[in-house]
Amino acid sequence: MNRLNSMFNQKKNNLLSVYFTAGYPDLNATVDVAEALEKAGVDFLEIGFPYSDPVADGPTIQNSSQQALDNGMTLNVLFEQLAELRKRVSIPVLLMGYANPMVQYGVERFCAKAAEVGVDGVIVPDLPMYEYETLYKECFAKHGLSNIFLVTPQTAEDRIRKIDGLSNSFIYLLSSASITGGSLTLSDVTETYFKRIKDMELTNPVVIGFGISNKAAFDKATAYANGAIVGSAFVKFQAEEGYLERIPEFVKSIRN
Amino acid sequence: MKYTVNEQGYYGDFGGAYIPEMLYPNVEELRQQYQNIITDESFKAEFESLLKDYVGRPSPLYHARRLSEKYGANIFLKREDLNHTGSHKINNAIGQILLAQRLGKKRIIAETGAGQHGVATATVCALMGIECVVYMGEIDMERQAPNVARMKMLGAKVVPATSGSKTLKDATNEAMRDWINNPVDTHYIIGSVVGPYPYPEMVARFQSIISLEAKKQLLEHTGSELPQYVLACVGGGSNAMGMFYHFLEDEQVKLIAIEAAGKGVNSGHSAATSVLGKEGILHGSRTILMQTEDGQVVEPYSISAGLDYPGIGPQHAHLHKIKRAEYVNITDDEALQAGLLLSQLEGIIPAIESAHAFAQLEKMKFEKTDNVVVCLSGRGDKDLSTYIKHFGF
Ligand SMILES: Cc1ncc(COP(=O)(O)O)c(C=O)c1O
Repeated sequence: MNRLNSMFNQKKNNLLSVYFTAGYPDLNATVDVAEALEKAGVDFLEIGFPYSDPVADGPTIQNSSQQALDNGMTLNVLFEQLAELRKRVSIPVLLMGYANPMVQYGVERFCAKAAEVGVDGVIVPDLPMYEYETLYKECFAKHGLSNIFLVTPQTAEDRIRKIDGLSNSFIYLLSSASITGGSLTLSDVTETYFKRIKDMELTNPVVIGFGISNKAAFDKATAYANGAIVGSAFVKFQAEEGYLERIPEFVKSIRN
Repeated sequence: MKYTVNEQGYYGDFGGAYIPEMLYPNVEELRQQYQNIITDESFKAEFESLLKDYVGRPSPLYHARRLSEKYGANIFLKREDLNHTGSHKINNAIGQILLAQRLGKKRIIAETGAGQHGVATATVCALMGIECVVYMGEIDMERQAPNVARMKMLGAKVVPATSGSKTLKDATNEAMRDWINNPVDTHYIIGSVVGPYPYPEMVARFQSIISLEAKKQLLEHTGSELPQYVLACVGGGSNAMGMFYHFLEDEQVKLIAIEAAGKGVNSGHSAATSVLGKEGILHGSRTILMQTEDGQVVEPYSISAGLDYPGIGPQHAHLHKIKRAEYVNITDDEALQAGLLLSQLEGIIPAIESAHAFAQLEKMKFEKTDNVVVCLSGRGDKDLSTYIKHFGF
């Protein structure tokens, strides 16, 4: 059982995950940021491997990705950093990135390497279900990696059931139909949507992401799901002076 | 039918729909509905009538006498430059706006490189009274300024894409992001045979009118539907796909696709995807694209904004791989010279995109009896400032 499953077995509520881009703001920031987030109490990490054309991302993550690439981040560099990271960090780690870098690296090689350096799951927003099932599922399973699927307000119920059947750690629920970097609207529509998913009683835990930028949004999301993921708000915070020392403060501002 | 798409949206190894879940409902809606819609009699009647009375189709197949003399073959120009709005892009825009209406969409978005697709989209939106937003790379807005003004005059909002190379690829990214943010009421009119399935297939079908007409016209001119050669330039590849479509199964017809070499294939400033690219995923499909070893998209370069794209449509990737079509490339300078030549031999100033196809004629050896069709995909008005700068008129 990988770290993700153990975590969900032990803890069912109020899980907090933070997304950051590997190699941002400095090439070698990855491990320090991960360690600081773990120390500050974050439950699991989502580490972005940067891509030149991230269509599902807003300006904040676009910019951090471009900066990371300019800093020299590549998958090879990232895997070296992750091997180092695992000596200092024990919480679950997810990699998030786009299909093309993974495909160029070689999906089999990518999975083997990710598992070797202690990655627990992968989120590839532009990897379609059909291709995952027919080409990659076996490879993910062989290496004990979870593939995380996204669900949006527009995802039809039968598709959500299918995603639930294909998932083996958690489902990533988007707070709205949008790219990253928006902010959660605490409207009736959002609440009805969260409740609709909760009432489906899915077999996998549900974690809500996109637009979780403050305590109010975190509280709202975790009232309906097992946890929530903060992304752009953290990446924005990383642009501030002395952000590394102030990570505990940031985490407290989201969940205390 | 080995050149057509299979049920999963693949042409051989290429195609598919590599899209984030946020776009799945939109793309799935299209996939389920477009076949029925575009084969419906009322759709076909409206499409055909608009192509005839609004666009001005059929576009002529013109026997270019002086060009033929120069190259020693019978050269025919498929005059897409004479379409309303000045290029082939309007064929697809008309098809997609009629589709969008039938899907009940209230807002249209598009990407554009040279601005021809943006103008075509702004035009059909004005025609139908639908809101229109066009994404265009900041660099392209400068080099194709007349088209930016045209779009605005037609009532469209033009939004600069400021990321990456600030050209067509980045405009496409921005349009996709807009679509993710507006999934219910918006239709994305993609301007070339790229994107997730069913776009490549749908755009190719709307553009296939080009070769459908050309066959009939060739029969009248030459007594045979089939020429020896068919030439077209390739950015994403929509005019080429339209020009090739009805010749694909006629194996004896040689299909030649012309990419932009920019300052030279090995100069580091090029858009010759079939030479410089590798298999990968771009803008929702598995295709050939220019990329680093690490799978990052390489910024392309061409003097022509419409060809300045790091990929080609998946069907082109397939035709390239199985060698049904030959993919060659032409530099900026060669294209500009060919544009000048066509202007002075035939009195036709071509778009710089189309000029790439004409430059290929210089490199070919013909028999006197060869019939050659070149797709003149657009007119050169939008490129005058580039021509002027180069030739110092
Ligand atoms: C006149 C003209 N030809 C060709 C192209 C290239 O597009 P495609 O390869 O899709 O035909 C463009 C694109 O803007 C264009 O304006």
